[in-house]
Amino acid sequence: MHVEEKLTAETFPASPEKATLEGKNKFLGFWLFLGGETVLFASLFATYLALRDKTAGGPPAHELFRMPLVFVATMLLLTSSLTSVYAIYHMKNFDFKKMQLWFGITVLLGAGFLGLEIFEFNEYVHEGHVFTKSAFASSFYTLVGTHGGHVAFGLLWILTLMIRNAKRGLNLYNAPKFYVASLYWHFIDVVWVFIFTVVYLMGMVG
Amino acid sequence: MSTVARKKSLIWDYLTTVDHKKIAILYLIAGGFFFLVGGLEALFIRIQLAKPNNDFLVGGLYNQVLTMHGTTMIFLAAMPLVFAMMNAVVPIQIGARDVAFPFLNALGFWLFFFGGVFLNCSWFLGGAPDAGWTSYASLSLESPGHGIDFYVLGLQISGFGTLIGGINFLVTIINMRAPGMTYMRMPMFTWATFVTSALILFAFPPLTVGLIFMMMDRLFGGNFYHPAAGGNTIIWEHLFWIFGHPEVYILVLPAFGIFSEIFATFSRKRLFGYSSMVFATVLIGFLGFMVWAHHMFTVGMGPIANAIFAVATMAIAVPTGIKIFNWLFTMWGGNIRFTTPMMYAVAFIPSFVMGGVTGVMNAAAAADYQYHDSYFVVAHFHYVIVGGVVFALLAGAHYWWPKMFGKMLNETLGKITFWLFFIGFHLTFFIQHFLGLMGMPRRVFTYLPGQGFETGNMISTVGAFFMAAATIVLLINVIVTSVKGQKAEADAWGDGRTLEWAVASPPPEYNFAQTPLVRGLDAYWIEKMEGKKGLTPAEPLGDIHMPNSSILPFVISLGLFIAAFGFMYRTEASWGLAVGIIGLLITLGSMFLRSVIDDHGFHIHKEEVLEAEKGVKA
Repeated sequence: MHVEEKLTAETFPASPEKATLEGKNKFLGFWLFLGGETVLFASLFATYLALRDKTAGGPPAHELFRMPLVFVATMLLLTSSLTSVYAIYHMKNFDFKKMQLWFGITVLLGAGFLGLEIFEFNEYVHEGHVFTKSAFASSFYTLVGTHGGHVAFGLLWILTLMIRNAKRGLNLYNAPKFYVASLYWHFIDVVWVFIFTVVYLMGMVG
Repeated sequence: MSTVARKKSLIWDYLTTVDHKKIAILYLIAGGFFFLVGGLEALFIRIQLAKPNNDFLVGGLYNQVLTMHGTTMIFLAAMPLVFAMMNAVVPIQIGARDVAFPFLNALGFWLFFFGGVFLNCSWFLGGAPDAGWTSYASLSLESPGHGIDFYVLGLQISGFGTLIGGINFLVTIINMRAPGMTYMRMPMFTWATFVTSALILFAFPPLTVGLIFMMMDRLFGGNFYHPAAGGNTIIWEHLFWIFGHPEVYILVLPAFGIFSEIFATFSRKRLFGYSSMVFATVLIGFLGFMVWAHHMFTVGMGPIANAIFAVATMAIAVPTGIKIFNWLFTMWGGNIRFTTPMMYAVAFIPSFVMGGVTGVMNAAAAADYQYHDSYFVVAHFHYVIVGGVVFALLAGAHYWWPKMFGKMLNETLGKITFWLFFIGFHLTFFIQHFLGLMGMPRRVFTYLPGQGFETGNMISTVGAFFMAAATIVLLINVIVTSVKGQKAEADAWGDGRTLEWAVASPPPEYNFAQTPLVRGLDAYWIEKMEGKKGLTPAEPLGDIHMPNSSILPFVISLGLFIAAFGFMYRTEASWGLAVGIIGLLITLGSMFLRSVIDDHGFHIHKEEVLEAEKGVKA
């Protein structure tokens, strides 16, 4: 099948992300990239665990964290992972409009999460929890901030794909691109589950 | 369309190329250049240490030269030269027309290149890094000036390039093998590349994280390693060695792969124990991640941790021993030809075994307290890296030179290079074992007379000049043969076993006019033994799809290069922050362009392929 061929719901393959060699390569290469990202975050988590009690006179985790705020942010991000599943579901059914709609909702939820995180960081800074304060602060902002940076990059990425392909619909050239962007989004979500557990929940119980 | 592509100027062609064979040449030139730079630094070190109380390079300057020698040789010479071999050979060995991601392949090269150039800019901008190639945080945080910042930012940029290269080769080997090329029919060098790429994928992120922390601490007021604010310098040591030990195997596994090809070719025999070789390679790759803390026995991790890491380290000797015996048995009963590559291969075995034996000695944690930070360790890792990796790179360069450039290197000059290098290597490093056992510490710029170090150091310095002479002969060889060398056949050595010897030297840009059908291990050898001239095709002759060349990989890397300068001078120069942001915008903007501009590649038409193939046969 040629990548630019105009397809219909009938001729669209079941796994459009792997229907071409380029798609297959992208699919596998991106999974491997996520393997490397896993090690990257594992290193950040390990460092955070080693340094989380080293507050150097600054506020400790359990006094600092705004759990209701973090909970709302968590719900937004978890939901956005679900909506990106819907988007890919519609992609596989060759329903471009619904895919765009659900990716749009994903982006809005992700933006909501990012907004809350920026607000949360701002609150912490006002309580003296600044990046340069202590080893705890440095490792906290680097771990959570690296995740936040991934969210921001993911938002820009999905938006770029949506706008670039808005007029031409789905084909076998852009289907793998949407697919790996959604993989990236799920990965961000999984990392957040660990951040919520290791940083916030463990932070509250000391 | 392909004829249009050929009309570009040579420089523009190489700046924009995505062809793995041209990228291999770029890696070879850049890596070779940094090898000369690192070699000069080694000579300076040896001149300084030739006699006691010498004042050729004193104190801080010596530290800079020593640091840059190690950093350059590992990151900017050995790694890219390994990538040169992988790019030149692996896609052809598996019967593919290119790598999985040609664009990323070029990006990987340019990131490495700009990272390396950035690191070496430090010489002209206030001094090079001076905390050793390991750059332990307790030293590097206190280092004045920007030397360490050059190290941190330069290695981050080139590290991204390496990571991208690793993913690329993994996908290439998994997805792009020709029909019939099962995993257990892959040539050993392809297997080594496969395992090495997996190591790169999992070893480089911890280095990136360690470097990010150091960048934060030095440039943005972070506290990861500052004990006063609760930080811990040991975190750097762990992160560095979780990368650093697999890095040793990232370098040496491809070396093993190169030698496996050479032993089989010039013994005119199938590699002995192929499946156990594969098993040993995978096992070494796995164990390579389990042993990082043997670099830290004297840190004070306690006897239990030390014992576990000691035993794990010694265990690596088992799969390595399997390999050594397999190479010996490959030669046993073979019809051996002592070509230049084969001489390196034969010399490699005793040299590398010596490095392995001292490795097991170092692995004994209790004894390591004596060896630690002495010249014994210096001797050990030079036996492994020079006796293993550099021998392999020299052997591989001679072996695949005709495939890469279409000209044979001169065998007489090649053998002169070999003997000078072999003698010089042992002269330089053998004596260092004893200097270390006698108590000479590493990384110290001088020593006093009357301690018994004079003769050993003088011998060592003389040996270094032998290796320098060998390098000069090699350069002469390259120049002479490229001017009037003998043109290489497709099967340049006459005994090629693997697919790369079935295509022209140098190969056409599409590698194979028809994708070959692989019918067993040593696919080309099988065809030759059945009296056939070429490979069995797996597909009819047709149009060949090729990737478009692009300047974007160069621009993306250039953006990071500019950004690194900006962020480094952010606090002391008003233009710093602006330049940093402009650099990042260049990079992100180019990535954006890459995303939104469709790139479908082009086709070389059947008629053009037929035309090109006729030219080769005539």
